[in-house]
Amino acid sequence: MSSIFGGSGSIPSDTSSSKDLNARKEAVMSSVRNELALANAQELINKTNDKCYAKCVTKPSTSLSSSEETCLSRCFDRYMEAFNIVSRTYTARLAKERLEGQL
Amino acid sequence: MADRFDDATQKELQAFLDREQAQARVQQSIHTFTSMCWDKCITGTPSTRFSRGEESCLVNCVDRFLDTSLFIVKKIESQRQGA
Repeated sequence: MSSIFGGSGSIPSDTSSSKDLNARKEAVMSSVRNELALANAQELINKTNDKCYAKCVTKPSTSLSSSEETCLSRCFDRYMEAFNIVSRTYTARLAKERLEGQL
Repeated sequence: MADRFDDATQKELQAFLDREQAQARVQQSIHTFTSMCWDKCITGTPSTRFSRGEESCLVNCVDRFLDTSLFIVKKIESQRQGA
């Protein structure tokens, strides 16, 4: 992929319509958004994997037992819930501090 | 052929990237806090729902961490002024 701002040496051609420019701009924006969403999801998956493995699979045997799978499933749901609680609390705090001009 | 974006568009994209970057930093903090507060608050085997204690622990964990951060900054500031 070339630089996201396009080649530095090329001259803006007056044949390219503003519609085309807008489309390229939107493409850059949506690819940035997608990359960030993907990184976010990957981080969440890695974290749940670590945390739930530590909690649920304390003595690894030749396969996952059904009780381990039940634990993993609940752990995953709880980790997502914890993420949402933390997210709500942090964004509420950020908004409050911004209002008071502290953080 | 890759045309350069015009100045106005470059400015707009830069502002967009700044916003997205700030948002990404917030997201990263949320991951860090969730991990830290999970370890502090969720000590038992995960059940089908959080207990009230666990849920309020998570909320308090985030708020007290930020209080700690503000406290430390204030302390350093006051020590610098005292010196």
